[in-house]
Amino acid sequence: MDWLPIFLSLKLAAVTTTLLLAIGLPLAYWLSKGGGIFKVTLEALITVPLVLPPSVLGFYLLLAFSPQHGLGGWLQRVFHLSFVFSFQGLVLASVIYSLPFMIGPIKSALQQLPANLAQASYTLGKTERQTFIHVLLPNIKASVFTAMIMTFAHTLGEFGVVLMIGGNIPGITKVASIAVYDSVEGMDYRTANHYSLLLFGITFIMVATMFIINRRNAKSPLE
Amino acid sequence: MIDISIQKTLKAGHHQLPLDVKLQVETGSVTAIHGPSGAGKTTFLKIVAGLVTPASGHIKINNDVWFDASVGINLTPQERHVGFVFQNYALFPNMTVRQHLGYACNDTAWIDDLLQIGGLLHLQNSKPEYLSGGQQQRLAILRAMSIKPKLLLMDEPFSALDAQTKHEVIVALKRFWRQHGTTVLIVTHYKEELKDLASSELWIGG
Repeated sequence: MDWLPIFLSLKLAAVTTTLLLAIGLPLAYWLSKGGGIFKVTLEALITVPLVLPPSVLGFYLLLAFSPQHGLGGWLQRVFHLSFVFSFQGLVLASVIYSLPFMIGPIKSALQQLPANLAQASYTLGKTERQTFIHVLLPNIKASVFTAMIMTFAHTLGEFGVVLMIGGNIPGITKVASIAVYDSVEGMDYRTANHYSLLLFGITFIMVATMFIINRRNAKSPLE
Repeated sequence: MIDISIQKTLKAGHHQLPLDVKLQVETGSVTAIHGPSGAGKTTFLKIVAGLVTPASGHIKINNDVWFDASVGINLTPQERHVGFVFQNYALFPNMTVRQHLGYACNDTAWIDDLLQIGGLLHLQNSKPEYLSGGQQQRLAILRAMSIKPKLLLMDEPFSALDAQTKHEVIVALKRFWRQHGTTVLIVTHYKEELKDLASSELWIGG
């Protein structure tokens, strides 16, 4: 069995989770404060990948970033960046596809904190940023951990969107889920089984660990 | 001189309730605020703290204008520097007793004094979940005092204290307030508990 797809999947999941943590914390905080129609629309857009067929998202990303089209061509000419059939393309697609898994639990946890925790901090002279770092964030640790695990595991399991924008290039875009499909296509059920068992084992251990560590305040991953 | 005149419409279910409060008290005084539940006593304190914005009116503390709707002045809670004791304490679950006070100020000697005043020295490394209701309430009071505020707002601050502890805490607070010239507004349902403490009264509730 070729281990490269497994390592590529783990690398993609790690990079995606790190990026989404950096994007998701401030975004979830901003969304948690409520707002008008703009926020509702943005939140709906962020949540859509939960229910949208991955191939649809992959198709539009493929169109958007194709070097033959406006945005993709511009990125290629100006920054020499290509998001089609490349690892960075997989990262971009994964960030969009897994965004609701990072945002959902964090936003929900922030909204469930009593409003007067932040208010108490403000009356002590602390800024919004200090309050977020020292008061809010430490009190939603379990949910942040849940969000990270779910994002990581979900990225490992991506298939449709990855296949659409990344294809099946060994060492670059051939992640474990693609390797399963590729093996089955080639009637190599033994290798497909190895990849599948590994993916199942890794994701099961991660989700079980999440429930064990968060067992005191375990919540549904999508809360 | 503290000069407050604020107006705001409160939402109570499907009803609307006008809140119209006027208060003029001397600096360093203690005012007991009472009135029926849901009349807007807590909202009034939050308005003074800058946590809720009134529709109109003004809040003037000595020569400083904290809020004046007519000229668009509205200082943030951080700029107002008031101590606030929340009715349900609003303690930080992630912090120990000492960390609560250390979060608010850096003066170790002052923190030790506060822990002594509140009788929480032996619990300084405990988190709120391991404190009794009375201990939590004392911590909320100490945290509000830790920033040495000129204006202290207290929402039912003694409700969880037994008679003996309440007496001890009030004696210590009075001493502190006299030393620092603190002006205090206390919401209470029990006028009697403040009869030796409050120099003026404010009724909210029509």
